[in-house]
Amino acid sequence: MELEAAKMIGAGLAAIALAGAGVGIGIIFGNYLSGAMRNPSAAQKQFPNLLLGFALAEATGLFGLVIALIILFAF
Amino acid sequence: MSTNPMHQFNVYRIGPEISLGNVDISFTNASLFMIISALAIISVFFVGTKRKTIVPTKIQLLTELSYTFVSKMISDTAGSKAKPYFPFIFSLFMFVLFCNMIGMLPYSFTVTSHIIVTFALAAVIFIGVTIIGFANHGVGYLKLFIPSGVPVVLLPIIVIIEMISYLARPVSLSVRLFANMMAGHTMLKVFGGFVISLGIIGGWLPLSFTVALTALEILIAFLQAYVFAILTCIYLSDALNLNH
Repeated sequence: MELEAAKMIGAGLAAIALAGAGVGIGIIFGNYLSGAMRNPSAAQKQFPNLLLGFALAEATGLFGLVIALIILFAF
Repeated sequence: MSTNPMHQFNVYRIGPEISLGNVDISFTNASLFMIISALAIISVFFVGTKRKTIVPTKIQLLTELSYTFVSKMISDTAGSKAKPYFPFIFSLFMFVLFCNMIGMLPYSFTVTSHIIVTFALAAVIFIGVTIIGFANHGVGYLKLFIPSGVPVVLLPIIVIIEMISYLARPVSLSVRLFANMMAGHTMLKVFGGFVISLGIIGGWLPLSFTVALTALEILIAFLQAYVFAILTCIYLSDALNLNH
């Protein structure tokens, strides 16, 4: 198999990691929403934690994207 | 029309070539935009603190809001022991925020979309926080790797896992900011290419998506600067307060 074809396949496989990011972000926001519906007055105080959790979950998915880009463009 | 979405990240030289021995330290477009960010921050805060009225003007309000925001962030996460580090966290937050935001302007260059820039920031933070930890607690700083309430049987493996996670901090800090910025700008360029290639009939669909994506990117620019700063505060709090 030539290198170009293998690079494309490798990058495609590495991008599957973003599915985990989608699931993780959905779980975080879903839990925040259900907690906010039960206790709306305490919801505003936890908003920074929500943003922090979202960014950390997104970061893990983007690590997979970075591997895909490294495979495509650095080898 | 072959347009490569990665061409926007090219770093090229502006002006004469200055080399220190074998290392090329000439002025590049990356340096230009870092200087633009720094000058923007300095001018906003200079104008904001010039006339100190009790009922603030708009720029003074912006200045006071950002000061309060960062100050509250530090005191909420790291406590009062981290107050001397406020100028550092503030400069870090403002620099990353302005670099991200200035990159959203058309035809500009996003400084933080290069791994070397974000890695330089993250490496300085990591080395600084480690030195602060050892300076405050001596060898007792290594107790960071031994969380409380762990059964002694699991201790060796927990220590190894904690060490690996500690060493992964600069990597995750830098790659998080770099990947968010690069992925966002690459996606914008790719959808921009779709607008052109679909022409006037079908071009409105990728255009509307690009507008929505630009709004999301502005939100992510602020969010990533906030997450960078708050994670730095958390690491600083680990070093100063040693709460594990």
